[in-house]
Amino acid sequence: MNQHPFRDVAIVGVHNTRQARVLEGYDSRTITMEAALGALADAGLTPLDVDGVTGGNLSAEFVYQHRIGPVWKSPSGLGIPAVLEAAAAIATGLASVVLISSGSAGAYTQRESTAPWTRPGNEFVAPFGMFTAAEFALIARRHMITFGTRPESLAEVAATIRNNGSANPEAVYYERGPFTPDDILHSRMIADPFHLLDCSTTSEGGCALVMAHADIARDLARPPVYVLGGGIDYYGPSYQNPPTFDLGGRRDPRYVNGWVGRRAAERAFATAGLGPADVDVCEFYDPFSFEIIRQFEAFGFCAEGEGGDFVLDGTIGPGGRHPITTDGGTMSYSHAGSQPQLLQRVTRAVEQLRGGCASRQVDGAEVAMCSNGGSGALFTDVLLLGKEAG
Amino acid sequence: MTLLRAQTGAIPRPKPSSLSKPFWDGLAAGELRFQRCGACHGATHTPALVCSRCGSGDLVWEVSSGRGVVETWTTVWRPQTPEFVVPYMPIVVAVDEGWQMLSNLIGCDHEAVVAGMPVELELHRLDDGVTLPYFRPIEAGA
Repeated sequence: MNQHPFRDVAIVGVHNTRQARVLEGYDSRTITMEAALGALADAGLTPLDVDGVTGGNLSAEFVYQHRIGPVWKSPSGLGIPAVLEAAAAIATGLASVVLISSGSAGAYTQRESTAPWTRPGNEFVAPFGMFTAAEFALIARRHMITFGTRPESLAEVAATIRNNGSANPEAVYYERGPFTPDDILHSRMIADPFHLLDCSTTSEGGCALVMAHADIARDLARPPVYVLGGGIDYYGPSYQNPPTFDLGGRRDPRYVNGWVGRRAAERAFATAGLGPADVDVCEFYDPFSFEIIRQFEAFGFCAEGEGGDFVLDGTIGPGGRHPITTDGGTMSYSHAGSQPQLLQRVTRAVEQLRGGCASRQVDGAEVAMCSNGGSGALFTDVLLLGKEAG
Repeated sequence: MTLLRAQTGAIPRPKPSSLSKPFWDGLAAGELRFQRCGACHGATHTPALVCSRCGSGDLVWEVSSGRGVVETWTTVWRPQTPEFVVPYMPIVVAVDEGWQMLSNLIGCDHEAVVAGMPVELELHRLDDGVTLPYFRPIEAGA
């Protein structure tokens, strides 16, 4: 049998800064620096131990300010793609300790409009009033038309995630609950079928993690968490073209945008030698309630069209077989601008596998699955993490 | 009862590219244009250099019937920017020639929309001369 490609790659440090609706006194640069130092401290490392960075251009700022160059740097990666890039860099010897940092503060100031990262600039969508809630709503509505998926299923997802956040002392919306599905359905409508409480929030904060070669990880403060597999699925640029459910590529009719992430999940599970039944924690990305239903179908946890029923039987809540988004996600924990939120599913999965989460710790968690993206955005990334190396 | 209407305010204007100029020029001339492939005869939208079905570069502009059916919709109550009057209704239209486009539904109550509803093009010229393509329900028997 071939060696696992990431057998020597571990996540050794994670940190979320304080998250808030508005972080007074910070900008994106300073909160990113704070996140980076926090993740290094968590790992028991210093800036001088870092020989690679990724996670967006603010990571380059860290290199300059701390004068740690020359280092390996990838300019592209955000969220899960950054983790996979860093894993590849470590596995191939391009770097041995990689810092992934991101942060956002002071980016959303025109509150009468939707957040700037939600508003597309393209000629074929912008004149029709599109923003992320509307983009994702068109996908959700198509699923409801085709499969009879009901608003009650969407509300169950939103109530579950918001209750997770309400129990999390680190969440921006700590102790705002409890929420029942009825509370979700009675909140004001934003973009049908999404009520206010079906949607993610906006907030500010930083998030960072440190990855290292297993030889280094063994001697560090925290138990290493291993990369078991991953995948990246794209259908094109986000928010520039009509977000259609049946948008497909020319290569394989099994893969359409409505279930984007299916190919990524198949690859991740194949690399890991695991399947959906092995996943103990589903740190799924939650921009809108329907996206959780869609991801359970895309990732193979249930059949196409069955996601609405899948989330109703207690499976996704605390103590369920596939607990979701355990810290409250973007709906309640923090959205943290356009970028850190993509990394925050990973930091929480790491904490779940280490044990000792501030809230909603999943007992005996061995394998966690993280995701980014969604059908309104034409992409989905997945990551499988484990307590034991692959 | 809330009648869905075309927007008239300072909403985002399209900025045509060299690729999309024929589409926007077509609307100004009263036509809804799309690209047809000379190799596989499939339709392509948004404007592209190659056919979305077969990859051929043999694309020719054609004029659409402007008719189709509503494939999916959302009623928006929290606008993208304050310049949009709510509610408005983004829709994906499956156009008769076999392509899909994003637009807004107008000319009916926001609760009247159903999947598969037949719709037709209705052009609206903004005060600065930009023409936007909207869709309205096709009256029974029309």
